[in-house]
Amino acid sequence: MEKVAKKQNQEGRARELFRSMSLILNNPLTTFGLLVILALFIIAIFAPFLAPFPDQGQGHSNLDERLEPPTVKHPMGTDNLGRDILSRIFFGARISLKAAVVVVLILMSIGVPLGLIAGYFGGKIDEVIMRFADMILAFPSLLLAIAIVASLGPSLLNALIAIAISWWPWYTRLMRSQVISVKEMQFVESARAIGASRWRIMFRQILPNCLSPIIVQATIDMGYVILAIASLGFLGLGTQPPAADWGVMVSDGREYFMKQWWISTFSGGAIFLTVLAFNLTGDGIREALDPKIRWRFQKN
Amino acid sequence: MHQVIVKLNMPEIRTAQPVLSIKDLRTYFHTADGIARAVDGVDYHVYPGETLGVVGESGCGKSVSALSILRLIAIPPGEIVSGKIQFENQNLLDLPMSKMREIRGNRISMIFQEPMSSLNPVFTIGYQLSKVFTLHQKLTQKEANQKSIEILAACEISSPERIMKTYPHELSGGMRQRAMISMALGCNPDVLIADEPTTALDVTIQAQIMDLILRLKDNFGMAMILITHDLGIVAKSAQRVVVMYAGEKVEETGVDRLFEKPSHPYTIALMKSLPVLGRKEKYLEEIKGVVPAPYREIAGCKFADRCSEMTTACHEKRPQLKEIETGHLVACIHR
Amino acid sequence: MLKFILRRLTWLIFVILGLCVITFILSRVVPGDPAELYLGPRPKPEQVEIVRTQLGLDKPQYIQFFYYLRDLSQGNLGESLRTHRPVVTGISDHLPATLELMFTAIVMALSLGIPIGVISAKKENTLIDHINRFFSVAGTSLPSFWLAMIFQIIFFRWLGIFPIGGRIDTIVGLLNPVEKMTGFIIPDALITGNWPALKDAAWHLILPSMTLAVYPTGVIARMTRSTMLEVLREDYITTARSLGISETEILFVQGLRNALVPTLTTAGLCFAFMLVGTFYIELIFFWPGIGKYVINAILLNDYPVIMGVTLLMAIFYVVVNLIVDILIAIVDPRIRLES
Repeated sequence: MEKVAKKQNQEGRARELFRSMSLILNNPLTTFGLLVILALFIIAIFAPFLAPFPDQGQGHSNLDERLEPPTVKHPMGTDNLGRDILSRIFFGARISLKAAVVVVLILMSIGVPLGLIAGYFGGKIDEVIMRFADMILAFPSLLLAIAIVASLGPSLLNALIAIAISWWPWYTRLMRSQVISVKEMQFVESARAIGASRWRIMFRQILPNCLSPIIVQATIDMGYVILAIASLGFLGLGTQPPAADWGVMVSDGREYFMKQWWISTFSGGAIFLTVLAFNLTGDGIREALDPKIRWRFQKN
Repeated sequence: MHQVIVKLNMPEIRTAQPVLSIKDLRTYFHTADGIARAVDGVDYHVYPGETLGVVGESGCGKSVSALSILRLIAIPPGEIVSGKIQFENQNLLDLPMSKMREIRGNRISMIFQEPMSSLNPVFTIGYQLSKVFTLHQKLTQKEANQKSIEILAACEISSPERIMKTYPHELSGGMRQRAMISMALGCNPDVLIADEPTTALDVTIQAQIMDLILRLKDNFGMAMILITHDLGIVAKSAQRVVVMYAGEKVEETGVDRLFEKPSHPYTIALMKSLPVLGRKEKYLEEIKGVVPAPYREIAGCKFADRCSEMTTACHEKRPQLKEIETGHLVACIHR
Repeated sequence: MLKFILRRLTWLIFVILGLCVITFILSRVVPGDPAELYLGPRPKPEQVEIVRTQLGLDKPQYIQFFYYLRDLSQGNLGESLRTHRPVVTGISDHLPATLELMFTAIVMALSLGIPIGVISAKKENTLIDHINRFFSVAGTSLPSFWLAMIFQIIFFRWLGIFPIGGRIDTIVGLLNPVEKMTGFIIPDALITGNWPALKDAAWHLILPSMTLAVYPTGVIARMTRSTMLEVLREDYITTARSLGISETEILFVQGLRNALVPTLTTAGLCFAFMLVGTFYIELIFFWPGIGKYVINAILLNDYPVIMGVTLLMAIFYVVVNLIVDILIAIVDPRIRLES
């Protein structure tokens, strides 16, 4: 009997998943976002093979071809050290995506459990955790990140740490409010009534139902982290040269900007496109997962 | 036994012309699952001063027909496909929206089921109520406030000046419904459409509110279209009744006749499922089966699958309304 | 209502205390000896000792924190390592320019973002809606420094409409000096009737504030749109229509007031972006505000300035959010009841 129920459960979930996915792909903007993200991951992973000038991408100068405008050989031109911008952008994707994945994973591993505990147990534990989170969130997050990196010293690692520290409480707050609303729902009451243990309820009943806004937030935050790393890089507070960080590239191109516009334009454009892709995808996932919005779609 | 029983001290209720009539109204909704024919060719009308009851289960289209009168249907996904709505020698469906807005809240008003969600939570009762007067009667704010207080008092709200300054969430359900009634009746409309006005209220005040509505209706000389699923309310309040099922009108007659000699199998089944004082039975009869989904295309009678008198002929053509006695219409091939 | 404000004020004090703790910790995390940093390159050991005692660095941490709080309450944020001028003076010199910029940007964002959101909601799924939504998302995805540079090249280099940067043209400023009344150029020029300076300053203000306004406009438009969509489905909207109220009034009065709470809350959160975004925009447009002050400090590792500005900006942010909370309690009476 339980086996049948389990199988029905799995089938139901599979159907829901399929339905969500088709809703997601129905939206052309979301599909565009997903494709860009896919392309980015491929570029990041295979950069040494895909980039036309991989050693320039990694920082080796090529002083003969300094500041050349976009040509067939260098479709995005070269920078002030003669390096092919396109290759640099490819290698920059590595940095950006690695940073995004690492930071978002850290954010979730700290923020989500704390939010779950705070929301579920309530009382003093909740107060302590949330006070701490509110204190950090009282800072504008990028400002705090700048202050942290400025204190610790500029490096990519410190930038990652700074962004993680300044942003994890958002996940705690998000998770906690979800947990609180789910906690009151009927099915949790029933689980408690049939004698399920607290931990079981927390993990099997509550957690899965709170995940959708977290997933949406994580997707959008991948873009936010990339933007933050680039913003820090622009100020010289993140990745250090000769690494091909997009933010650093924009900053490097600044003094040449009026005449040799391509250095800053393409690197900044890469940031924009990437963040846009994550935002669009996150929005699309949110619309597909949110039952209220889905109902609106289906009525039409 | 056919005449409309006049329950009130009003002379000349039955004039020749109805004040509002809908003819062959079709309101459809475009959904992902198909076209839902919420109202599928319905006629009914109401005479000045009379109360017409429109009854049926949830989803039979009674509310949609009412919303269609004031053209409050959300246009995508809804659509008033065809029909005429006659009021004061005009077809309301042909009017430009600006003229429609002059009629709404002014000549034809509506009160809704859920008083909590039907009042704007961020504005005071006074603000929302006086709007009716400043808008339709072009009064100044001061005059409008004065009239608002008067109508609140007429709706049996004590200390109306205080209520003017309160917000909806500060009032009880009954008070909110009285406030909504005041808004609807402020401009003394010719027709009041009441969509399940007491369903969401506490049982103890349902009767109070219903009595209030009936009294005000008489004092103001309005016609009322009373939409409800509760046959008990209909019995007490209406003169004539229309029974709807799955978007169609299946029976229409005077209220006494409806209870004494219901004709359509659906109506009969409805009556049988009501508990009656004095009748001793162990089980209430339920009507087997479910209402068909509104987007399903059904040939023939929509009630056939649940009907005890069903024959194969029932599935062939949609039954037309027949006048079995004066003023008593039924849509069934077996009558 | 008053109780509500008082409660929020006590909470505010508690939060500011927390901010001070965090900034204090940060400023102690700095690598290197603060006393040495204070003295500059190659200090003599005896000087370092003297300075260390002067700065109270020989005392235990909690006493240092107490001194820190005492200094703060007296309005002392320390001195710049580079110029040895008090940080507060540096901030107050640069703050008006930044405030002018942020104020203009937020006004632009609200006056553009809210109507866009409302109209988008009303015309859901039409072409206008899709265009608005795309631009809103794009607006929140743009790196502000990049956008600033692009705008510069478009509007200055190619179209020649706006100046490249600065707050007022040097020559115009010299020929038409603006009397200092409020400390803000545009209001001062307006009050004293200094039209050439007013026009020039306004012209310089447009491009930077436009750039700063892009992100908040996008966020506000999105939030307004999604909230309005829900609001327009509510029963009271149908009631309002049934009473004959015009569509415009339903959208912008009956509906919008209900949508304002999340929108204003979002606008308050946006402020965080604007506080930092202004750094970059001031840098690119040579705007003499806090951004310029703190970025110079960052490049020179001038920690007192960095920490001082961070703390002040954070306090500013918290105060702004408090104002937003009070505003939404005014707008939505139900919120006043919630503890």
